[in-house]
Amino acid sequence: MAKQIEDFDANLAGEEGKTEETKSSWFKRIKKGINTKTSEKKETPEGLWVKCPDCSFICTVSELRESLFVCPKCTFHHRINSSEYYELLFDNNEFTELFENIRSKDYLEFTDLKPYKKRLEETWSKTDLKDSMRVAVGKVNGNDLVIACMDFEFIGGSLGSVMGEKFSRAVDYCILNKMPYMVISKSGGARMMESAFSLMQLAKTSGKLSQLSDAKLPYISLLTDPTFGGISASFGMLGDLNIAEPDALIGFAGPRVIKETIKKDLPPGFQRSEFILEHGFLDFIVPRKELKDKLAKVLLLLRN
Amino acid sequence: MPTDANRQFLDFEKPIKDLIDEIASMKHRQEKTKLDLSDTIQKLEQGILDKRKEITENLSSWQRVQLSRHPDRPYTLKYIDKMAENFVELYGDRNVKDDKAMVGGFASLGGETVMIIGQQKGINTKMRQMRNFGMANPEGYRKALRLMRLAEKFNKPVITLIDTPGAYPGLEAEERGQGEAIARNIYEMIRLKVPVICVIIGEGASGGALGIGVGDKVFMMENTWYTVISPESCSSILWRSWDKKEVAAEQLRLTADKMLGFGLIDGIIPEPVGGAHWDYDGAAQILKNYLIPVIKQLKEATPEERVNTRIEKFGKMGFWEEV
Repeated sequence: MAKQIEDFDANLAGEEGKTEETKSSWFKRIKKGINTKTSEKKETPEGLWVKCPDCSFICTVSELRESLFVCPKCTFHHRINSSEYYELLFDNNEFTELFENIRSKDYLEFTDLKPYKKRLEETWSKTDLKDSMRVAVGKVNGNDLVIACMDFEFIGGSLGSVMGEKFSRAVDYCILNKMPYMVISKSGGARMMESAFSLMQLAKTSGKLSQLSDAKLPYISLLTDPTFGGISASFGMLGDLNIAEPDALIGFAGPRVIKETIKKDLPPGFQRSEFILEHGFLDFIVPRKELKDKLAKVLLLLRN
Repeated sequence: MPTDANRQFLDFEKPIKDLIDEIASMKHRQEKTKLDLSDTIQKLEQGILDKRKEITENLSSWQRVQLSRHPDRPYTLKYIDKMAENFVELYGDRNVKDDKAMVGGFASLGGETVMIIGQQKGINTKMRQMRNFGMANPEGYRKALRLMRLAEKFNKPVITLIDTPGAYPGLEAEERGQGEAIARNIYEMIRLKVPVICVIIGEGASGGALGIGVGDKVFMMENTWYTVISPESCSSILWRSWDKKEVAAEQLRLTADKMLGFGLIDGIIPEPVGGAHWDYDGAAQILKNYLIPVIKQLKEATPEERVNTRIEKFGKMGFWEEV
């Protein structure tokens, strides 16, 4: 269904290589392109209604919040942030945030279309976040747990020095307090603006996981939509348990890159959680509504 | 080693080609006219050396990337052949297949047995295809890990030679868990009990390089690059165009001197004047002379010390501020 809508939109925009003349549509576009200036763009007020990107079902935000941001009609899992995951998982939404004062620095003075420094400042002012990962400690059905959770809205949840450092300190905290560790991943991969420093975070975090493993403390990796690149090539795939939300896109290389490389269409369901499970890289898939109870069950089993 | 007539030249190497052509025509004239032109030829030959030096002294980051991909550049098996004896190549990951983009085996280096592992590129079109352009699949990384485990069992140091444009982004690679394979290697390498030395001998592209790149010491050869993404892909993602690769290369600070300055590598291994493609024996000899004392020094520590130092070393990498 979603595919059909896309095709329809593409048709309207005059894509698909057809010219206006040969196209047998039921109305004609007189002016090409969008003529409204950005300054005159009208924003629909946010926070009232939400349309499901999968089945187009429309419901209010409060309804969606009640169903844990899972579409009430088709169970599509909307992307949510760390605050929603913390609310969902920690008992009575009670938790202590750790290491919240660490933030990124533009050490390399990296400039692409805009300077990294400016990008950071814009993101800081746009969101309440300091970087793409938050760490918190609390109880899940009475079980102590440290949860590091990514925020996709902070530069695509990208893995940079700050995430690496927070991850490391979280592991130290777990070892010191003998607590299990969980990471909720949602990221496009390494942060290019930090160049090789971001790459080295793969080794840095893996080294810390090795210490956590020596301390015999559980590490659970929850993969959510999307998890790619440097995350899946490091701690994302190194869980004692690797678990995922349904239908999440998970992989090393992005689908577009693979398609361009092999010059073939990708099979339906490619790189989705179910595909990853079938190929043996996930322990189980858990719907968001069952996440807390299942997690608590696992923690209990490992402890007793 | 290509003969002068078979050499390939990059744009900025053209002045060298002109000198080589001139020498060839001088020699031809000398034979024809029986005049003694040896003085002139000798001067021209010195000119080539000077030119090689001059060119590599003033390279942009992008030119350095080009040099790392020079078609005449020596690859892993060439280095093994030139610097080690008794090489026994070992194949397969004991699971799916043998990945031709990743090679490895035991060899003696300066009289001592070591495990050498590295990505392998092909030397002609057919071989390049067979070697998948040095882009390993998951089975390549798992083969590398199997060999490292073998080295660990027999207490032999591991040397990895890195030269890859990236891990292969293919359909089967994803099915067999490319991410997991690289992650597992990084995780296991950081806690490997034997000494591990990694050398970037060509391209060091992202996870594909780091998948065999976690060691006690990480070196880069002079004309190589190492960073999180290739300049081309970086340009396409951040600049939304394929034309900004030169700028991307500059911005990524991917050259050996920059990487050493950041403390992300432990040293730069010089190459013969003008680059390793001018002198395979020379390049391999320099590498060997570098490796032997480092292995000796690493062996003085206990396995626990090595592993802890390794974890600490990578643990310090990064920049942030506390507000």
